[in-house]
Amino acid sequence: MFVDKKLIVSHAPFWHNGSCIGERNYHIMLAALPAIIFGIMQYGSAAIGVISLAISSAMLWELAFNRAAKRPDSIGDGSAAVVGMVLGMMLPATAPWWLVIVGTFVAIVIGKQVYGGIGANPFNPAIVGLAILSLSWGKFMDFDAALVNYDFGFTAVYPLQLVKHASKNPEIFNVADVVNSFKIMDLLMGKQVGGIGAVFGLGIIVGGIYLIIRGFIRWEISLSFIVGVILTALLFQASDPTRYACPMFHLLTGYTLLAAFFIATEDSSSPVNFIPMLLYGAGMGMMTVLIRNIGAYADGIIYAVLIMNVANPLLDKIRPKAIGKAV
Amino acid sequence: MKKSFIGLTKPVLEYQSLTGLMTKPEKIAIPKKASLFFKGAYSQKDAVLLKIGEKVKTGQKLCLYKNSDEYAVSPVTGTVSLISSYLGNFGQSCAMVTIDTADTEEFDESFKAVCAAPSLDTARNFLTGAAGSPCFGCFSDPEKKIKTIVVCGTDSDILVETNGYIAASKSDIITKGVSILKKITHASTVIVALPKALVKDAGAIGGASGAELREIGSEYPSALPLVMMKNVMGQPVPAGKGPGDMGVCFFSAEAVASIGAAFTDGRIPVTKTLTLIRKDLSRVMVEARIGTPIADIFTACGVTVSEKDRIIIGGPMTGVSVYTEEHPVTPDTDAIMVQGSEDVSLVSDYPCINCGECVRICPMNIPVNMLVRFLEAGQYEEAADMYDLHCCIECGLCSFVCVSKMPIFQYIRLAKYELSRIPAAAEEA
Repeated sequence: MFVDKKLIVSHAPFWHNGSCIGERNYHIMLAALPAIIFGIMQYGSAAIGVISLAISSAMLWELAFNRAAKRPDSIGDGSAAVVGMVLGMMLPATAPWWLVIVGTFVAIVIGKQVYGGIGANPFNPAIVGLAILSLSWGKFMDFDAALVNYDFGFTAVYPLQLVKHASKNPEIFNVADVVNSFKIMDLLMGKQVGGIGAVFGLGIIVGGIYLIIRGFIRWEISLSFIVGVILTALLFQASDPTRYACPMFHLLTGYTLLAAFFIATEDSSSPVNFIPMLLYGAGMGMMTVLIRNIGAYADGIIYAVLIMNVANPLLDKIRPKAIGKAV
Repeated sequence: MKKSFIGLTKPVLEYQSLTGLMTKPEKIAIPKKASLFFKGAYSQKDAVLLKIGEKVKTGQKLCLYKNSDEYAVSPVTGTVSLISSYLGNFGQSCAMVTIDTADTEEFDESFKAVCAAPSLDTARNFLTGAAGSPCFGCFSDPEKKIKTIVVCGTDSDILVETNGYIAASKSDIITKGVSILKKITHASTVIVALPKALVKDAGAIGGASGAELREIGSEYPSALPLVMMKNVMGQPVPAGKGPGDMGVCFFSAEAVASIGAAFTDGRIPVTKTLTLIRKDLSRVMVEARIGTPIADIFTACGVTVSEKDRIIIGGPMTGVSVYTEEHPVTPDTDAIMVQGSEDVSLVSDYPCINCGECVRICPMNIPVNMLVRFLEAGQYEEAADMYDLHCCIECGLCSFVCVSKMPIFQYIRLAKYELSRIPAAAEEA
């Protein structure tokens, strides 16, 4: 009795708002473009090489792992490209090719795929890659040494390293003077030494605001991270201005802004409920300044992110009670 | 229905207002064949009360099984031509009885004989198969004392406006239905729930019989019964319970109109009003006999269905897609929606990326991101214990916004269905 006309049958709902993973990731890459283009202008063709190699090798590692693990190919969703791009943005322009490839291997395979791929990684993959690189080949990650042959026309010293050095030798340096030798405006406009995509503060902020407005990242995390950095830095500065830098300095140097808009907001390793997002961001900002000011490392982002990633599942247990729940 | 450019704000799905749609409904001719469903799997060996070739009259009560209270009301006059099995959702099958329509229509008089004195038993025995599918089940449970009856002059799904239309156009008959309902069920309060746009047109409902008027918000899913319980009644329903447990019973405007019409005319209403949503989302009201194959409605309204289109019984958020145009109109078919193959949104097998869109849009504060991980792994009991599976009101918004296009709503319904089978399986063992 049934006419042979095949209809599509599926479960409700029959509408979708049209969002998809690829859209999200390609917009993140779009938002990162101002910072990356500025980095390329500042560091020249070497920066193009590092960024391009980072993105392409990350995608190839993803494809290789997909094939090895007999999983469906997932390089089209842009997730691997974003991980590669963020890692590339944090590297110095002089990073050798093998360093980039090892970095993306660690990020994609060890940081993401072994946990089950997209959505399953407990840590930010790019940060995992960077952590291994900075632990294993620290001298390539030392911006002062890496960029020694460049002539920028401004003080070519990695600001965080300088401040770290100053605060360890209070008898010779006064941190406040060191910090004052950098103009806030110069830092914001990228006149500083650092990772390819991490120096142009204004570009990162513009990209980040774009992502927030379009709803691709969660403003709660970015904002609370920045507030966390500022408040903690303010407390340190108030306790001893000769040893600790001011909040604006912390905000505009190192990977801080990159972390606020591109690293802390990584979907899989960050919470989704309101209060946990605030705690996560603020905790990460606080850890960053703690490590910078009293820890051994010049920049605290890497370990601050990893520590808060670990805390994420626990934080996300703080959630509103479901309506109708008995208890 | 795409995501807006500014993604910072929560997407809002609005119920469409009814203005401009108050045109006369399209009347569909009595079909050549009408089909009725009976619950439960059916095989040809089963002993049934209905025989092939048996003559039935319009409005006649039909029972299929000997030891069951379940019945359907014949929507046409004719002869039973086929009893077959029909496969529905989750592999549940049911029995389908097909009636070949005769040329002249005769009405069955057995309801007329008892309708002079309305009682709950009469309503229960004759009217559950009437248009709008009034359900009296909750009144027969001695543990549930129904104090409040809510008459919904609004449809729970988007684009559907059957009950809104009925509330606006048949307010007198609904008022009659309300007073009969009040008398036979002894419910102390009757609440009429209407969207804002209808308060002017339909606000008179139940005025004489003392019904309260409540306004329903225009944002989906505010017209779902469980959301109404929370927002309008101020009594959120505990997980796993229904409105009946709270002493509240929901009737659609059409169901109440059917009760009113039945006790006034002495005939069980067998003509269903429904909204037909065409491929371009234009809508038309349709009046068709229950049991009409939906293909007849498409022919009458100029809808062509081609290969790989999707036919949905119900609205776009909570409807059920069917696999054949022979599917009949049932007493509770409020809408039929046709989607062209180019508009069909498909799901994917991507995992959750933890973006949190679903968590932010869920009206019941369910941690959907965690829930779906357990559901994917088939750990339904853990999902129910820890991640509030039973708080879900099945609005479908999580799947609507899912960036990974996961079939979250399907996972939830499947989990609830599988959990509901556990007690039954334990009884058999």
